[in-house]
Amino acid sequence: MDQIHPVILQVEDLRTRFHIPEGIVYAVNGISFILKEGETLGVVGESGCGKSVTMLSILGLIPIPPGEITSGKALFRDKDLISLSDSDFEQLRGNEIAMVFQDPMTSLNPVLTIGRQITETLRTHLGITQEEADQKAIELLDKVGISEPASRLGNYPHQFSGGMRQRVMIAMALSCNPSLLIADEPTTALDVTIQAQITELVLHLREQLHMTIIWITHDLGVVAGIADRVIVMYAGFIVEEALVDDLYEHPYHPYTHALLGALPRVDRRRDHRLNSIPGAPPNLLVEPKYCPFAPRCTHVIERCWIENPPLVEIAPDHKAACWVNIDTSLTGQPL
Amino acid sequence: MSEVISLPTKIPHLTPDEIESPPLSISQLTWRRFKRHKMAIFGGVMLVAIFLYSILGSFFLSEAYANHNDMKMSFSAPSSQHPFGTDVTGRDILARSIYGGQISLLIAFTAVVIETFAGVLIGAAAGYYGGWIDSVLMRITEAMLIIPELFLLIVMAKEFGGKIPTVNILGREFSGSVIVIVVIIGLTSWMYLARIVRAEFLSLKENDFILAARSTGTTNAGIIFRHVLPNCMAPIIVTATLGVANAILAEAYISFLGLGVQPPTATWGNMLDGAGKYYDSAPWLWIFPGMLILLTVLSINFLGDGLRDALDPRSRAV
Repeated sequence: MDQIHPVILQVEDLRTRFHIPEGIVYAVNGISFILKEGETLGVVGESGCGKSVTMLSILGLIPIPPGEITSGKALFRDKDLISLSDSDFEQLRGNEIAMVFQDPMTSLNPVLTIGRQITETLRTHLGITQEEADQKAIELLDKVGISEPASRLGNYPHQFSGGMRQRVMIAMALSCNPSLLIADEPTTALDVTIQAQITELVLHLREQLHMTIIWITHDLGVVAGIADRVIVMYAGFIVEEALVDDLYEHPYHPYTHALLGALPRVDRRRDHRLNSIPGAPPNLLVEPKYCPFAPRCTHVIERCWIENPPLVEIAPDHKAACWVNIDTSLTGQPL
Repeated sequence: MSEVISLPTKIPHLTPDEIESPPLSISQLTWRRFKRHKMAIFGGVMLVAIFLYSILGSFFLSEAYANHNDMKMSFSAPSSQHPFGTDVTGRDILARSIYGGQISLLIAFTAVVIETFAGVLIGAAAGYYGGWIDSVLMRITEAMLIIPELFLLIVMAKEFGGKIPTVNILGREFSGSVIVIVVIIGLTSWMYLARIVRAEFLSLKENDFILAARSTGTTNAGIIFRHVLPNCMAPIIVTATLGVANAILAEAYISFLGLGVQPPTATWGNMLDGAGKYYDSAPWLWIFPGMLILLTVLSINFLGDGLRDALDPRSRAV
């Protein structure tokens, strides 16, 4: 990354737990990463690996209790988000940091018109009149590609399709020109053509508004298309972090290998069975003391069962957490 | 579809109006669903008629006339001079049922305003914040619930009745007991609504759109009143509607027991007070106020049923 780009978000040793009747869920176990202004960071990992919890922790949206952030810092510019007060957070959320959620079908309030939902954010943060807010909402809807935006303000969410609702959600997120946009699997609930449209839209808006984006997904294809840098998460840990091309060409961590190996490919024979990673993700109720991927890892050594590998720089702009240095040729087909 | 449909040779150019008819607004949809409920329509019409009866009636008969005693005329059967007959002290029952209706309806509606206000606030706070706030508020609610309502009504009416002086609102004299009854009914009926609102809040606050609203910086108050509350308007409106019926009945109970609104101010309830003694010899004493109470309560219940179906925003029926 360029030296001239200042750091916008610096997360250090973030740990989030949930206290449930069965015990403690170790959801996020010491996450650290740096995000530079204008960068697009892809966060990938399977369901339940802590992607969303990390982002919700940063935004102060974890319900406490049962949640608990036991340690960590998240410096946004110079504010520590972890220790921010509720009222300061209300100032920040939607204004400087905005979030787009996974399921547009449930993320809009069914009994409020979309005009009201967009203008509410605008009026909260900009302190403008309803007429000005309406005007701004029309511009926003137009920007995200909703036709005849003026006549759409009075509509309710059920009168919109899934793709259009996600556009509305994006319009709401962008309403106050946030400098950081967190997109939590924004295309997962949409079908493929709409996914492409929404991805394109966000890319287009990124150019226009010079936003920094964190894009959470479990779709490696989407990440390859949009991200500058990628973080791979597993069981609440970051296992690998690299520039996007580097990650696909020289994956280091066995989990990243396995993940890439499990992708369906067009150049394989039709009757070729898809690869999968044997085993299941670890039980998050058990405090992680050794490498969480060890039980499923094909390169596991004794040390993996004794201590958890730290995330270390293995090449410029490339970090991984693994005790074993496996040769990329071992597992076959890097993309 | 037996005939062959000929396809147009050219795709016609559609204007935006033809592509999509303007969608129905929520209120239009609600009205459409409500209209199909014949009994609810009947209830609505009936209720309007009862309102007109007690409001317009006062233009023809004065309140002084309604409260005028004429011992010579006591227990007159319905006649052309007194269409509904007269009561124990010779007051005209028609006039009293008009003014009594005003008071009964006034009591019912203001009591429901208090009930709704208290029930929504307590339920919303308990459901939204949870934790110890929820525990404290719900234990209070349960404590109120386990005391038999009628008993509470009677004790409170005895304790506070007659202590409040007559008040003058909009140029009319109200016995202080009216206010006591309103407050008592309001304060003894909010518990069910509080529980309903709490339950709605408990489930609604888990929705993604609440998280989404928080992520745009909406405050707790904003989420409670602008995001969650509109989603549970349907049960609140229905409960409030049915609450009006209950309040009319509650007023009738205590007034029938002589603890409610004190004569000469008439209510449908206190008109029944004493009528029990003459139920066979002078049935007009209870038939007319009794019928008005019955019709009002019945109409409100029908209306509530209709509203319940019509206001459900998730209903797919059109």
